[in-house]
Amino acid sequence: MSVMIEAENVRFTYPGAASPALDGVSVAIERGAFTVVLGHNGSGKSTFAKMCNAVLLPDEGSVSVEGMDTRNEELLLAIRQRVGMVFQNPDNQIVANVVEEDVAFAPENLGVPPDEIRRRVDASLHAVGMDEFVTHAPHLLSGGQKQRIAIAGVLAMRPDCIVLDEATAMLDPMGRREVLSTVRRLNREQGITVLLITHHMNEAEDADRVLVMDDGRIVMDGTPKEVFSRVEQLRDTGLTVPETVELLDRLCQDGMPMPLDALSVDECADAIANALARKG
Amino acid sequence: MESILQIRHLTHTYSIGTPFERDAVRDVSFEVGRGEFLGIIGHTGSGKSTLIQHLNGLLRPTEGQVLLSGRDIWAEPKKIRDVRFRVGLVFQYPEYQLFEETVYKDIAFGPVNQGRQGAELDRCVRDAARLVGLREDQLDKSPFELSGGQKRRAALAGVLAMEPDVLILDEPTAGLDPVGRETLMENIRAYHREQGKTILLVSHSMDEIARNVDRILVMKSARILMDGTPPEVFSRSEELLSAGLDIPHAARIAIALRRRGLDIPPDVYTVDALEREILRLRKETVPC
Amino acid sequence: MLKDITLGQYFPGDTIAHRLDPRTKILLTTLYIVALFSANGFVSYAVMIACLILSVRLANVPPRAMVRGLRPVLFIIVFTAVLNLFFTPGGREFFRWGFLTVTETGIKTALFMVLRIMLLIMGTFLMTYTTSPISLTDALESLLNGLKRFRVPVHELSMMMSIALRFIPTLIEETDKIMSAQKARGADLEGGNLMQRAKAMIPILVPLFVSAFRRADELATAMECRCYHGGEGRTRLHVLRYQRRDYNALAIGGVICVCVFVLGRLGW
Repeated sequence: MSVMIEAENVRFTYPGAASPALDGVSVAIERGAFTVVLGHNGSGKSTFAKMCNAVLLPDEGSVSVEGMDTRNEELLLAIRQRVGMVFQNPDNQIVANVVEEDVAFAPENLGVPPDEIRRRVDASLHAVGMDEFVTHAPHLLSGGQKQRIAIAGVLAMRPDCIVLDEATAMLDPMGRREVLSTVRRLNREQGITVLLITHHMNEAEDADRVLVMDDGRIVMDGTPKEVFSRVEQLRDTGLTVPETVELLDRLCQDGMPMPLDALSVDECADAIANALARKG
Repeated sequence: MESILQIRHLTHTYSIGTPFERDAVRDVSFEVGRGEFLGIIGHTGSGKSTLIQHLNGLLRPTEGQVLLSGRDIWAEPKKIRDVRFRVGLVFQYPEYQLFEETVYKDIAFGPVNQGRQGAELDRCVRDAARLVGLREDQLDKSPFELSGGQKRRAALAGVLAMEPDVLILDEPTAGLDPVGRETLMENIRAYHREQGKTILLVSHSMDEIARNVDRILVMKSARILMDGTPPEVFSRSEELLSAGLDIPHAARIAIALRRRGLDIPPDVYTVDALEREILRLRKETVPC
Repeated sequence: MLKDITLGQYFPGDTIAHRLDPRTKILLTTLYIVALFSANGFVSYAVMIACLILSVRLANVPPRAMVRGLRPVLFIIVFTAVLNLFFTPGGREFFRWGFLTVTETGIKTALFMVLRIMLLIMGTFLMTYTTSPISLTDALESLLNGLKRFRVPVHELSMMMSIALRFIPTLIEETDKIMSAQKARGADLEGGNLMQRAKAMIPILVPLFVSAFRRADELATAMECRCYHGGEGRTRLHVLRYQRRDYNALAIGGVICVCVFVLGRLGW
């Protein structure tokens, strides 16, 4: 697998801040992977996200996108076209007051010919399941729908990677499900690399890889099963574990040996049923 | 239990006389007992936001009544402000309402409107700050210097400082991280424990509801779908799921275990209870 | 409450009035205004009224919506009517009370002034009813394109305008929310004298400004992330192109304008 985004020993301090937001982050995000970055507020996860398409530039170290250094200003448009960003507040990233005009915004900026813009707008709205809303006013849509429009707006640039910077934080459970299933589908069907920044543990359950950040560093890195079975360490970083793991962990402590990597509800139920059956 | 709020056949219709006319709340009746911790759940658009804005007189019912301590809150429309002091409403993302130069002054806004002053004002501001876990030295800061979670606390204190009899919280933990959510809910639980005040909690997080409340109202399409204790409501998990609502994760695991033939009672919906039940099953299956 | 304000609300539709190029509509509205100000007698006003009624029919906009647009300026209309009615000398005198007189010219002037204001408002509203704000700004950008030579930042202005239009509903909703939140803390927004009322606005305006700045900041970042780098090299999804119907409409509009101008000169 080739590398989509590579960070090397990135350090960054916000102007006027006492401690660094990123304190030596080195990681390579593989092309086509679905990676989730977890961390409490202030852990540096959002700062890391903003490094991925040159919204922020490292004070020390470097970030490169498909080999392009983000500090090279001449490559700025090329980098941003390849790595699209979806932000937290759905209202503050919609530019136009008609859905299709908003989705067309990026290709317009890139100077794409009108016919091709039309094709891209239709394809992007189709990919996020919002075909029927082409001429709607975005401010009347639900939070989940607005975020899907934002994703479509990014897709219209034909990016290789989408970074969702806490894009689900302000949504209700239904909106969150809409957004998640949309990006999962894009990842699976179109091979788009996804970097999802969140503090909802359950969103990480079927990721390819989970990174946990704390104090501006990556403190855990592995598959969801590997990361979530380290219950104590997760709690120390101010995170919780999914209820499934929480239950299994407690049963272990009650003297009932349980695998901690049964993440999904069904896996967890199977593990418990098996354990009880063995006993009997 | 003596009821503090009585809602009788409440209907609220938006945009009357236009093609957009619709009922946001339709013929809703329920009572809230003094000191009760009531949870309200339902989809976005199920009518819960409209409903709670009736309880402190921000909205006026199209039909029906809201009674506070047995009195119709609209009996004297000029005194509706007194109702707002007695029924404190904290909106979603309340940090966006902060405006004063210092946190102290912002918390004092409500009590000053109430006519409090001097030592009495100082006491209720400091009490409220303590309840939400703000430190003394943070009171002199500008609210805009605080972190996201602290701003939320300051805004919550602004309502608590009015010392309302009923506190309504609309998604108080939305957007906070797990630790922020847990500590804020702990503050709210402590407030309920210490002051014995009535609390209405609107939340999308079933786990939060399951862990905290005495009773749950489930709203769907402008009406009340269920009204009962958490065991009563969550034992109807399948029904909740088919209404498009979430259920606590522990209840999902319980359903999956039941499907595998394990004898888990229907009213199990917390990790604690589930843990107990599994240990019980384990003991029962100890080989002879 | 605040949501009821009509801010040149757009009524989507597919009539000839909707299909016209937005630039054509701006030009036609300009012609209409020129004609309106040269109208000077019963005949010319009748022509203008006929034009408006015909356009409203063609646009299929409910007449009630047209009348609703007049509500905010009702005071100005009444004020103009009263002023002209009582203070215009000339012609036969019908009534006199102190310094107030009602004369033949007075009645005529009052009637024409009221008509002029009403027609002006309704005509421009008709344009905004049938043209989406975004195509209006596009049209303005295109019409003013020539000014770029004089270093007028036409693209930037039109981008600012369309973003303002986009955020009006969001900010109105936000204002409603903040007002409710402060009312819940006992803010009294209705009572008191002018000073007290102005002071009562602070708890609403401060959060509103803070939030508007935050939104602007986030929006700017989001736009940059979508490769926005000014107007240079920018293409558009919808390219404005004049059709046969636009030339026809402009020709008809031009002829009527000239006719009304001549009628006005003749005092008809």
